[in-house]
This record gives sequence, C-alpha cells and structure tokens, in this order.
Amino acid sequence: MATTTFTAGKLPATRRVATAATGEPVAVRWILIGVAALFLGLFIFLPLAIVFSQACAKGIGVYWASLRAPDALAAIRLTLLAAGIAVPLNLVFGVAAAWAIGKFEFVGKSLLITLIDLPFSVSPVVSGLIYVLLFGLQGLLGPWLARHDLHVIFAVPGIVLATIFVTFPFVARELIPLLQAQGQEEEEAASALGASGWQTFFRVSLPNIKWGLLYGVILCNARAMGEFGAVSVVSGHIRGRTNTMPLHVEILYNEYQFAAAFAVASLLALLALATLVAKTVVEWRARRQLAESALWNGEAV
Amino acid sequence: MTFTFKKRSSLPGFGLALGYTVLYLSLIVLIPLAATFLKASSLSWQQFWHIAASPRAVASYRLTFGASLIGALINLGFGVLVAWVLVRYSFPGKRLFDSLVDLPFALPTAVAGIALTTIYAPNGWLGRPLAAIGIKAAYSPLGVAIALTFIGLPFVVRSVQPVLEDMDKELEEAAASLGASRWQTFSRVVLPTILPAALAGFAMAFARAVGEYGSVVFISGNMPMRTEITPLLIITKLDQYDYAGATAIAAVMLMFSLVLLLPINLLQKWSSRRDEKTAALVPQGGGTPGNGT
Repeated sequence: MATTTFTAGKLPATRRVATAATGEPVAVRWILIGVAALFLGLFIFLPLAIVFSQACAKGIGVYWASLRAPDALAAIRLTLLAAGIAVPLNLVFGVAAAWAIGKFEFVGKSLLITLIDLPFSVSPVVSGLIYVLLFGLQGLLGPWLARHDLHVIFAVPGIVLATIFVTFPFVARELIPLLQAQGQEEEEAASALGASGWQTFFRVSLPNIKWGLLYGVILCNARAMGEFGAVSVVSGHIRGRTNTMPLHVEILYNEYQFAAAFAVASLLALLALATLVAKTVVEWRARRQLAESALWNGEAV
Repeated sequence: MTFTFKKRSSLPGFGLALGYTVLYLSLIVLIPLAATFLKASSLSWQQFWHIAASPRAVASYRLTFGASLIGALINLGFGVLVAWVLVRYSFPGKRLFDSLVDLPFALPTAVAGIALTTIYAPNGWLGRPLAAIGIKAAYSPLGVAIALTFIGLPFVVRSVQPVLEDMDKELEEAAASLGASRWQTFSRVVLPTILPAALAGFAMAFARAVGEYGSVVFISGNMPMRTEITPLLIITKLDQYDYAGATAIAAVMLMFSLVLLLPINLLQKWSSRRDEKTAALVPQGGGTPGNGT
C-alpha cells in the first residue's frame, strides 16, 4: 500500500504496459477472484453471519435480557478488569523492550527477541497450566500461598496473570521494528540541544511511534478480552466470580442456552470488528508515518 | 581483545529499559516456564514415557498434528490465491475482504468455536446438506480440521502479501518477453519469489493450529481416542487432579513448539533475504519494512 502512494507518480504508465504482457485473461482473473471470495465467504463471512443471526433468533427481548443477566454483567466486568490491568502493563514493558532493543546494540539481542516472542508459540492451555504448576495447591509456591491465605489460581489474579502472558509480545513486537527503522539522529539532536532523557523520549521518540504503539495496544486488547484457553485453565469457572466473557459464552452454550450464548458472543464479535476497523485505520496512519520518517531520514543522510 | 557487552551510544536509558525488560520477562514468562520443566523433570523417565506415549495421548497427537497439517495445507493453497487476488486484481469489495482476512486473529476463539459448530452441526446451515450426502462435519475429525483452517487463515495471506506488493513486474515482463507462457512465468518467476514467505506462513499456521483449544473444543465432540485434541487432554487430566499427567503432555507440546521455532525463524530469514535480493536487483522498489502478521 505504502509503496503505491510512494511511487504513485511513476506507476500508471508502467502498469498499463504491464497488464498487456503479464496479466491473466479476464475469465481466469474472475475465476480466481470468485474462488478466493468463496473461500473467504465460507470461513469469514458465514461465521460472522451466524453469530449475529443466532443472537437475534429469539428476539431483541431475549438478547437484552441475556446481556443484562447478573452473571453476564459480572463476566463483562471481569473481562474489562483483566484487560485493564494486562494491557497497560504490557504497554510499559513493550516500550521499555523496544527502547533497549531498537536503539542499542548489545550482546544477546536476538536471543532476547526470541524469548519475548515465546508466549506466541506456547499453546494457550499450556500458558494457563504453567501458572497452575507454580501457584496451584500442588505447585511450587502453592503451600506458601495457602498458609498466607492468598488465592491466585481459581481467582482473579490467576486470570490476570494468564491474560498478561498470552498478550505479552504484542506491543513490543510492533515497536521494535519501528524504533529500529527510525534510527537515532532525531534523539541525538534532541539531547545535543540539551533535552533530558525523559524529555527526549516523550517529545521526540514517542510522537514518532504513536501509531505503531496504538496498533500494538489494539491487538493486545483484542486478545486480552477474547482469550479462552489459558484463562479457562486458571479460572475454576465460578459463576459470577471467575468467569470472563468467553468463559460465560462456553457455559451458556453447554447449557443449551444458545440465544444467550450468541448474545454475549455477539458483543465479542463486535469487539473483533471494531478492532479490525481501528487496525485498518491505524495501519494506514502508521505506514504513512514510517514513510514520512524514512523520507526525512533519507534527506538527512 | 576486550569484551564489550554494548556498543557505545549517546542515548540514555539503556540500563533502565533493559533491566526492566529482563525483570518483567523473567517474572511473567521465564520463571513459570522453568517451573514447568522442573515439575516435569521430577517424573522419572519411565513415568514420563508411560504418560506421554499412552495410546490415548498418541491418538490425540495424531489428530492434533494431522488436522493441523490439513488446515495449514489448505491455507497454503488458498492463502497464496487470496494474497494474489488482493494484490494483483481490483474488484468491488476488495478493501473489505482485505481487512476481514484478519478476523480469525481478532475474533475470540470461543466465539469462532460455537459459530463453526452451529454451521456444521447436523442441523446447521452447511451441516444439513453435508449430512444429506453422508458427510459428518461437526463432532468428527473433519470438524477439527475446519476449525484449524479457520484460525490459521491469515498467516499465509499476510506473509505472502507484502512480498507480492514489493515484487516488481519487470521480472515478469522480462520472462514474458523472452517467450515464457503466463503459467511458466508464474511457476518459474513468481512462485520461487513468494515460496519462502508462503512456507513461513504455512509453518506459523501449523504451529498455531497445534496449540489451538478454544475453537476446537466445541466442534470436535471430544471423544477420547477419536476426536480429542492434545490441549483438551491436558485440561482433562488437570480436571482429574492428575498434575503429573498434565505436566508430561504439556512438556511434549512445549518441546514441540520450541523445536518448531527454529524452522519458522529460518524461513523468515530466508524470506527477508530473498526480499532484499530482489530489491537490490530492481532498485525502484522502495518497500517499507513490513510490520505484517
């Protein structure tokens, strides 16, 4: 996308010539588009359609009642709480990690990047399990926690921890390439002009990465609110107390309350759609910012 | 020769930033993971093998890896097709399709799970016609493969798309002007260029599918030996307070995901090297470093 806007002046002429020599026949073209659309329709549009149609299947009254049931409200509150803790913590971590990795050269850097990405390659169920093995009654710290009457597993802290784990890399992995690409000239100029470290960070670096930061936060939040496997392992499924929205959907579904399950699911689907819209907008702004700073750096060098 | 941990830099904050990074990483990720391996190592080798190679566990591996492979292969083929169509053609609704490709990343897996189950259940929109021709989709291994195709869908598309965008048409024009047919140009010029990215996407989709839980538990039916995936087996063992059993099987899965990291990293490196090579060949392509996936 960015390339097209970047070289827009040159493209039209080449493109016209190119289609003649390197394009496919119109029929082939439309068949390929048709097959791709069918595939996406089957796997993307159909699941979305069924969520909303099932949510409204029993009428708007049932829909509202399902969302306003005390257990549903408690689940919504817990989901907001878990995301409200996990996202800011991973945001601060992401900025710190990106600053260290993106702006400095040091030994073991690529190992550190691999370790930060690690939570993405661990199964959600295993992500929950590792906290059960650490904090559960049978776990390493379990007896100590029990003596002090502290509850982590089958309680809110466990849910928050599992949420932090599964959303751990999101912000960091968005920011690292951004800070790397931007180089150090602007920060060096700021500190040469007498700015303190924090001033340089807040006035120069942060504005330069704000769209990438927002992008990471949006993805992190979507996953935090939607996580199922990891949270399911540590939650204990206590109704009204340790059920997040996805877990509440599961309980309703398994009790054959399909309309209610899909009503809560439709909220999560709306969150997913809002995430995609925000992501598309921010992606566009972020690419433009990157292109601008690349242009700026290109001129400066 | 002196050993320097860090290159000199005029920017401040390295100590604080790296210190906090390492501390937080250790507390949230490294120590809990190490505790799991510690717990697993308290089992004797025989105990471990007895659990990890039990018929029920082996049946779950076979289903998990088999269905993940099928899902990733479907996504390899259709992912390249979707990326091609989105980059090369223009058609109504293209931008909508483009942004909705990421839906499987954004949609909570439990929602995907109940939606797919409702579609493919024997009385569902697609389940009914499939049942009429004798195909059982939900509550069978096929259902597991359908769910795993869904959650792996964006990987190949998002991995191939930037490579196709940066690829200059001059290479294809050169092939065409030298007398290559369109298919020859595609298979000899385009395909080798996008192959590393496509394989990286394939490997990521496969790795993601192997660990997937939420979207599968609803559609699979969860019958031991037949439609029970490995992550579910871990949860079943936990629910029965069989911590040793859960840990042993989790250790198998952890080792597998660590092993899979290596080929994924290599494929990504190969892909970006190829990218640089073509960029060097054709100086005009000023592509942005993709922040994809």
